[in-house]
Amino acid sequence: MSDAFLQLQNVKTHFPVERGIIFRRHIGEVKAVDGVSLSLLQGEILGLVGESGCGKSTLGRTILQLVPPTEGAVILAGKNLAQLKGRALRESRADFQMIFQDPYASLNPRMTVFDTLVEAIRAHKTVPSSELANRVSELMKKVGLSPRFLQKYPHEFSGGQRQRIAIARALAVEPKLIIADEPVSALDVSIQAQIINLLAQLSREMKLTLVFISHDLSVVKHISDRIAVMYVGKIVELGPATDVFEKPLHPYTKALVSAVPIPDPEREKKRLRVILSGDPPSPMNPPGGCAFHPRCACAVAECSRTVPGLDNFNAARQVACIRAKEIN
Amino acid sequence: MPLLELSNLRTSFHTRHGIVRAVNDVSFTLEKGETLGIVGESGSGKSVTCYSLMGLIPQPPGRIEGGRVVFDGVDLLCCKPEQLRRIRGKRIAMIFQDPMTSLNPYIRIEDQLIEPLLIHERIEYTEAVKRGIAALEEVGLPDAAKRIRSYPHEFSGGMRQRVMIAMALITKPDLLIADEPTTAVDVTVQAQILELIKRAQRQLGMAVMLVSHDLGVVSGFCDRVQVMYAGRIVESAKTDSLFHQPQHPYNRALQNSIPALQPKGTALYTIPGMPPDLSRPLPGCAFAPRCEFAADKCSTGEIVLKEVAPDHRSACLRVQQAEIKV
Repeated sequence: MSDAFLQLQNVKTHFPVERGIIFRRHIGEVKAVDGVSLSLLQGEILGLVGESGCGKSTLGRTILQLVPPTEGAVILAGKNLAQLKGRALRESRADFQMIFQDPYASLNPRMTVFDTLVEAIRAHKTVPSSELANRVSELMKKVGLSPRFLQKYPHEFSGGQRQRIAIARALAVEPKLIIADEPVSALDVSIQAQIINLLAQLSREMKLTLVFISHDLSVVKHISDRIAVMYVGKIVELGPATDVFEKPLHPYTKALVSAVPIPDPEREKKRLRVILSGDPPSPMNPPGGCAFHPRCACAVAECSRTVPGLDNFNAARQVACIRAKEIN
Repeated sequence: MPLLELSNLRTSFHTRHGIVRAVNDVSFTLEKGETLGIVGESGSGKSVTCYSLMGLIPQPPGRIEGGRVVFDGVDLLCCKPEQLRRIRGKRIAMIFQDPMTSLNPYIRIEDQLIEPLLIHERIEYTEAVKRGIAALEEVGLPDAAKRIRSYPHEFSGGMRQRVMIAMALITKPDLLIADEPTTAVDVTVQAQILELIKRAQRQLGMAVMLVSHDLGVVSGFCDRVQVMYAGRIVESAKTDSLFHQPQHPYNRALQNSIPALQPKGTALYTIPGMPPDLSRPLPGCAFAPRCEFAADKCSTGEIVLKEVAPDHRSACLRVQQAEIKV
């Protein structure tokens, strides 16, 4: 894997849990991300899916060093970001950007679109000030907005347009990696389609590496090259998007895929549905062995003892289940 | 006689920016035991329709300008408050979108859950608690006898939504209105919740009105679906024909823009423009400015919902006159 553009090596992000007001005592840890290894090629789109609380957003933030990893290495184009500090880290931030879920909360309401975009450019001084105006207009065109909107404020835009501005801001520093954390969840279906098309097109044209975090499997399947499924801080399945969606290997992925409603009444009535009981376990105190075993229909006694590693199932696909070969 | 009959319901909000016509001339009927889906994007008026018939529109700024909502022979919009009280919460129950905000955080689940029983059935407290525990067991809450003493914050989102369902079903209603019941929960929990509502419906024989923005949720769940746009119903049909033979350009565009139905990697269909501003008068068809089939008459003609195929109604002028096939 020498040609990997982004590489995660056994990344762990744990948050301490403390109790007491005067005498704070450490009573445990939330293992939000617990040993994730991944590698991405340049220009690849990775979809990261899982239920809320599975650690997918924390993983995204850890990659960008918004949350420092407890352990492990995040290597972007040969540089280990986890070891960078202060100025060096700030300078390398021009290489990676983030798009947030809620375009109503992620744009400063008191700044015009122009100021928002210029601030990002100035922070990294990539453009001389005489060219700023040009550069900003270009950005607007790139995300499908007219440059005449530049002097407007965020409240004058609709949700979809705001998300376009957020994308323009992320592109302002010409990053190589973008992490999009649920970028379309707050949008209506017809607007969602526009943003998905835009992200797919930008990633193609600019050779952007994109990590697309979402809980919506059908959206992720559509846009991603590969999908990683997370459950309680660990990746349980990784493989090409269509394969994972159509022939899932891990029992959890199977349940997840079968829970996605299909907007086609005939197919919807015919198909078999795996309904999981209960809720995902707390990441503070996950069950021993495979974290999924208490809810798994295929679990055997061994599953509660052995922690399954993410092993190769075949050349392209990896799965973390000790019974993967038996049940598939 | 249908269980519920809405005719020409019009609800608007009088705001500083003008009169927003959130629901504009909506009529439909719902039979006993039927499942009706209402889909549409945000601002299309689907929730306001439900709130109007439950009498939950804050007035002012809201105002129900006209129309009738007849439930089992009683007009809910102009009956006595006492009559309404006997129907609402007893024979019509509602589940809201966000289980985080629709339970009172200061009151134990127990007291919130059995309140409808104490009010509507006048039974003993201990008897009501017994039925409350049974209701929680019914919705799959483990250790119900103990958990009933908890407060809402001690439950997860999915659990809270189950409590909401138990509360709605505890008086065995004839009609359940579910306003985006699964929007705030994960897909796996969504599957559990929908299964739960379906099972309760089979047991109680109640009618369900399911409001959702997700075409997928509606397709597996409902007998009949109506699509709303800008405060009006633009298409109404049996679920199969609504999905397989769309008769309104908006419905077709909506289906083309969801990734689940499109081959991977292709560009998704996008509807140009934005939903209209409801505070301005919208002559003709509200979808016309975004519609690829629009003709001159679309922006002037009068729009009514008409049957264009057996049991399939569409509000598209050009479909009605058989000029286009969508």
